[in-house]
Amino acid sequence: MALQLPREWRWRQERYRLIGGRCRRCGQAFFPHREICPRCLGEDVAKEQFSGRGRVYSYATVYKAPVGFEEYVPYVVALVQLEEGALVAAQLTDVDPTEVQIGMPVECVLRRWRTNGPDGNIIYGYKFRPRLES
Amino acid sequence: MPAMRPSRPIGILGYGAYIPRYRLQASEVARVWHGGQDHVPIAQKAVAGPDEDAITMAVEAARNALARAGIAGERLQAVWVGSESHPYAVKPSSTIVAEALGAGPLALAADVEFACKAGSEALQMAVALVGSGMADCALAIGADTAQGRPADELEYTAGSGAAAFVVGLADEAVALLEGSVSYVSDTPDFFRRGQEHYPRHGGRFTGEPGYFAHVLAAGRELLSSLGRSPADYAYVVLHQPNPKFPARAAAELGFRPEQWQPGLLVDRIGNTYAASSLLGLTAVLDRAEPGERVFFVSFGSGAGSDALSLVVTEKLPLRRHQAPATASYIARQQLLDYATYARFRGKIAL
Repeated sequence: MALQLPREWRWRQERYRLIGGRCRRCGQAFFPHREICPRCLGEDVAKEQFSGRGRVYSYATVYKAPVGFEEYVPYVVALVQLEEGALVAAQLTDVDPTEVQIGMPVECVLRRWRTNGPDGNIIYGYKFRPRLES
Repeated sequence: MPAMRPSRPIGILGYGAYIPRYRLQASEVARVWHGGQDHVPIAQKAVAGPDEDAITMAVEAARNALARAGIAGERLQAVWVGSESHPYAVKPSSTIVAEALGAGPLALAADVEFACKAGSEALQMAVALVGSGMADCALAIGADTAQGRPADELEYTAGSGAAAFVVGLADEAVALLEGSVSYVSDTPDFFRRGQEHYPRHGGRFTGEPGYFAHVLAAGRELLSSLGRSPADYAYVVLHQPNPKFPARAAAELGFRPEQWQPGLLVDRIGNTYAASSLLGLTAVLDRAEPGERVFFVSFGSGAGSDALSLVVTEKLPLRRHQAPATASYIARQQLLDYATYARFRGKIAL
């Protein structure tokens, strides 16, 4: 708990606003942000807030959850390919696991991830749900 | 007393709704607690999912409002979140919402609490800040995951939802603010003590001394101070704890059913507390035409009402499609049985 607070806090912008990286040399978009481009190893990486729109690239259904996620079982964890090209590993929400398909259009929403117990802090972050047409 | 008017022309730059996906039918509550025999007040209410709370719902409504306003979060000089279900007792929802929107750090942020009027009170604060010239852009949100005690009559209607409004200068507004009235008194119609999970209602104070006294007084005061009659308005939106109260109050003010029905959502989503009247306003803005006027009166227990008069500008039809319509959130629905509802809303202690 004492060690987690600063770590969770440091990630808040990436998690709340889906801010990742884009390599200024090769153009690759990736998430989370890193100092070095995982594609060309270039060291000139810009921060970028992604659109949040993407498609399910692959997924798995979780029946035995890690600590803190028990209340969501069964739930789907997916690799989402964003329109910008980056792959994001994230929980899907507002969807029955049997409805999930590869290629399904999804969009990013801010949701609760977990809490540090009943008197601890609440950790919020990105999840993806089936896209709601406007 | 004259209506409150801004010192310079201002209005709503963008509005946004959010309603969670899940619904609990009132017949399901009656089945579990009343042998299916009770007379139910509404068809169904909206229920937040297990990973939702007032903060997450406020963020989605606010992102929709910013999309319609066509501005980035960094333009916001104030973020005010009205709710009776702030996830923390101490730690503002508003700073989390602001950070998620990209607002601040140079900004005002605070949580507002006034039962079902917390969101419209936040809207009045935004109107005051922008209308006085102290800021050009402020965000007001009403968001709640309202809880009724199991088996209590409030359990039929206590729902979840959020609505957000960006207030700014008139030349960019989709609806102009013409004036407002706020009306409050110490009324023990509904309350929840600090450490209690569920609220209590003060029986006979609910109807006449609570809802009707405040809604009618604020509404009549605004009409008379603006020199208007109900016929000047295309729409009227009132706080909607059930379908009967707003219909009766609107009729007593002199409005007709075709003026209040488009903004009356309670039968399909329940009483979303701080979002209730504000969501009705978003539904009306989804269909109002330039030049049409909207009459709005909230109500919050404890008690008070905010009454506002708005007139739609030619910008509204161009901007309303920049975010999902309130009707599309209402149409997106997944029914829950009572057991799943109890699990989602933490009513089962493990």
